[in-house]
Amino acid sequence: MSDSSLDQDFGQPGGSAPGEERINTGEVASGLRGYALGYGLALLLTGASFLAAQSDLIYQPAIISALVVLAIAQMGVHLVFFLHVTTGPDNLNNILALAFGVLIVALVVLGSIWIMANLHHNMMPMDEFMQHLR
Amino acid sequence: MSATTASGDPRHIGATTAGHDPYNLGHGHAGHGAGVGSHREGGMASKIVVTGYGFWIYLLSDIIMFSAFFAAYAVLSGETAGGPSGADLFELWRVALQTFLLLTSSFTCGLASLATERRDMVWTQGWLLVTGLLGAAFIYLEVDEFAQMIGEGAGPGRSAFLSAFFALVGLHGLHVSVGLLWLGTMMAQLWFKGFRPDILRRLLCFNLFWHALDIVWIAVFTIVYLMGAGR
Amino acid sequence: MLGKLDWSAIPFDEPIPLVAAGIIGLGVLGVLAWITVKGFWPYLWREWITSVDHKRIGVMYIALALLMLIRGFVDAIMMRSHQAMAVNAEGFLPPDHYDQIFSAHGTIMIFFGAMPFVVGMMNFVVPLQLGIRDVAFPTLNSMSFWLTASGALLVNVSLVVGEFARTGWLPYAPLSELDYSPGVGVDYYLWAIQVAGVGTLMSGVNLVTTILKMRAPGMGLLRMPMFCWTSLAANLLIVAAFPILTATLAMLTLDRYLGFHFFTNEAGGNMMMFVNLIWAWGHPEVYILILPAFGIFSEIFATFSGKPLFGYRSMVAATLFIVVVSFTVWLHHFFTMGAGANVNAAFGIATSVIAVGTGVKVYNWIFTMYGGRLRFATPMLWSVAFILVFVVGGMTGVLLAVPPADFMLHNSLFLVAHFHNVIIGGVLFGLFAGYTYWFPKAFGFTLDEWWGKVAFWLTLLGFVLVFGPLYILGLEGMTRRLQHIEVEQWEPWLMVALAGVVVMIGGVAAQVVQLVVSIRRRHELRDTTGDPWDGRSLEWATPSPPPPYNFAVIPDVENEEAYWSIKQSAIRSQSLGEEPDYKPIEMPRNSPTGFVTAFFSTLIGFALIWHIWWLAVLGLVGAYATFVVFAWRDEVEYEVPLETVVEAERERRAAAQAWLAEHGGRTA
Repeated sequence: MSDSSLDQDFGQPGGSAPGEERINTGEVASGLRGYALGYGLALLLTGASFLAAQSDLIYQPAIISALVVLAIAQMGVHLVFFLHVTTGPDNLNNILALAFGVLIVALVVLGSIWIMANLHHNMMPMDEFMQHLR
Repeated sequence: MSATTASGDPRHIGATTAGHDPYNLGHGHAGHGAGVGSHREGGMASKIVVTGYGFWIYLLSDIIMFSAFFAAYAVLSGETAGGPSGADLFELWRVALQTFLLLTSSFTCGLASLATERRDMVWTQGWLLVTGLLGAAFIYLEVDEFAQMIGEGAGPGRSAFLSAFFALVGLHGLHVSVGLLWLGTMMAQLWFKGFRPDILRRLLCFNLFWHALDIVWIAVFTIVYLMGAGR
Repeated sequence: MLGKLDWSAIPFDEPIPLVAAGIIGLGVLGVLAWITVKGFWPYLWREWITSVDHKRIGVMYIALALLMLIRGFVDAIMMRSHQAMAVNAEGFLPPDHYDQIFSAHGTIMIFFGAMPFVVGMMNFVVPLQLGIRDVAFPTLNSMSFWLTASGALLVNVSLVVGEFARTGWLPYAPLSELDYSPGVGVDYYLWAIQVAGVGTLMSGVNLVTTILKMRAPGMGLLRMPMFCWTSLAANLLIVAAFPILTATLAMLTLDRYLGFHFFTNEAGGNMMMFVNLIWAWGHPEVYILILPAFGIFSEIFATFSGKPLFGYRSMVAATLFIVVVSFTVWLHHFFTMGAGANVNAAFGIATSVIAVGTGVKVYNWIFTMYGGRLRFATPMLWSVAFILVFVVGGMTGVLLAVPPADFMLHNSLFLVAHFHNVIIGGVLFGLFAGYTYWFPKAFGFTLDEWWGKVAFWLTLLGFVLVFGPLYILGLEGMTRRLQHIEVEQWEPWLMVALAGVVVMIGGVAAQVVQLVVSIRRRHELRDTTGDPWDGRSLEWATPSPPPPYNFAVIPDVENEEAYWSIKQSAIRSQSLGEEPDYKPIEMPRNSPTGFVTAFFSTLIGFALIWHIWWLAVLGLVGAYATFVVFAWRDEVEYEVPLETVVEAERERRAAAQAWLAEHGGRTA
């Protein structure tokens, strides 16, 4: 990667503030229409989540996956329509920061679950252990 | 639009008046992240971009803090120690109502920011008030739920599962409550001081904060309530 | 009325802490009296306590760090001498007190010694290197510092009022739970670290924003000095890791205060979750400490070799690699806790891999020196010694990264020797190097070289003498934190380590003497040009000490070594160029917000430790009121008048002109 292209991409301290929106850019996610659309989509996805969890529409073992997918979709909707992560002219810095945050969240949560499940599997549960001591 | 103006807690980005440019860089106007493409590389971003970005970084750190509580919940959610489980306790109508309230408050918060763009004091204050009331209703429902659970002997001391539940959901509620305090203070300030650049920056940060809380709530109602309630 | 607090909180029956506290108290009173008699309060309040200048805040951070390093070092002296006297004998510290000392030593050294030192260094240097006038959020910066100071104060109060934790520098559950630690020691730990941690987190947010959004025109990311890169990396790690610490300690606090069951033995709590979460913060933390030190070494090797840094881009890549990978290795702190072979292997491999990033850096430093004109001033001595010492520390680290080896060495003095080897030999040597390197920039005169070299050699010798034996003792099976020792054969090595401590006391004393001697000789040691070391980055382009606004005109950056190229073109053309068009400069106003908030935070912390609920509420209301007052102010800037700027600049240019005339023939 050449110096200049790299700097143009994210060496730019200018850019736009996160959440700052550009009215009149003509993009779908801007202005009142953007908020209304985001609100509608969010309500729809929330409804779908509750429905998926509470009805027989989805094959039972797949419910968890469906809920995860719906939640991620709704987070995306919020990021785009409410937080405007896509409409700024130079948003790379904001998105890189977001990506870093998501990576850390994933490492911490999944890492902890993996480690703790492993420990759970190998170690005697605390209750039994305490009874053992007595 | 100085980039060195005093600022403190992200809620209180220091006041300054627009129009002067101590760096003599000649780009950027408060309120719009100008400066884009007006110089080769490096250089100073405008104040609102600096403030917004700083608050964005803070929000990411906040979300990482939530992730630690989510991790704890994920690990401890099965440890009911013979006490009630999520399926015994959760009332989905309440969660659905809470979600609806919070989503709507996010929407009205957005409407407030549109009114701010038009420098329309009455509508800005009006939508902010609605946002606050919706948030307060959300908190009421949560406090009521907690009180009910504690009344039934299912308080945080009952089991590790309930500890993790109360801490995670309570942390989100605490954020919403702090947001309400911030909102009230900011509305008063907006009323007395008008649309000053520093207040505009605070409004932007509040917007980010409120929408981010909504995103956290999506994870809460999916992972805690929907996955926990069973059927 | 006063919660759990009563006269029994003061340990009248324990002479050592009482005498220590008495001496500290008298010292503090003496200093306060001296300030009052001299009438320095208005000056201190105006120029330091309420200052939002990043340079002043940086200096205060480092002053706090140096004080706390001495406090922690006193603990270290007590531990080493106690162990040397405790082989089949009583020693002089009762177990109860000994446990508090090793806990306080670790806590103070990491949170209130190393961290403020690192943060202070970044605060002082980064805006100067970026060619800007202050950080992104100056008042927030002041608040960060005062919150850190507030945490340090709480830890030190525990010396007299109550007790400190006996649970080690990380309060492992369930030992730290109410059942096993009913006293206020763990509570002191929790609230002190929470208050200071909030300060650190805000400082991280501040510096990340500063580096990514505010740089001199022309300074693309790949033109930043290496110290700015490593600071960016360290602050990204702060932003990502400190919330985990806050969350983990909050869970322990809920367990202790409100009967939650996160980490308890009963009701399904899981103590292993505490260990897991605390190290998810703890491992990035060590990189938060070492990465800025790596940056300092990079600056010093380039300057004192008279060459640009070798492999700049590989250095950047290695730094960013470390940032990400540092979040995938935390399990190596608890290989022995019972995870399966697959988990242990994965984290063991990741741990070995992360050493590659550091390896790249070591080669780059060596190649920077290769073929250069080396000058062995004190900062360079610390740096060269660092390479030698740190390679040993890194190798023992890779050894510990192998799970089967770790099962043998876990919790032994080998581990203790390893992390002291990398933290003293890496972080502290780097900070001392940076302290000598940037001292003239902060105060306008260099530090005395002779005493600096004495301090260096004594510290290095003492360090080898202390930690060499600890490696051996660890291999012989001695575990850490022993209050009583029954193995006769260990005694000689403990004696050698004690001798090492005595030598290190000489090193510390030499540093103090160096400071005093330098202040006395400040007129001889004055730095007139602002560039005492023939530096290469922008901090050397301003006078020493820099004016509050750093740069009268924001420099234009043309390449990776901004100041070096300006200097060379001045030497070639024998002129400083046209005098630019100066303008008055707007600077942020001072604000007591940080200090007042920290005051209320201290109250809140103290009140919560002793369950004085009304005081905690009062503190919260006070903190909120402070925010509101701050938010309400109308004037946030003052103007530095044109005449002041012009006068200062003329002086600087005259000095630079004189330097040019003197060094006219020399070009690079």
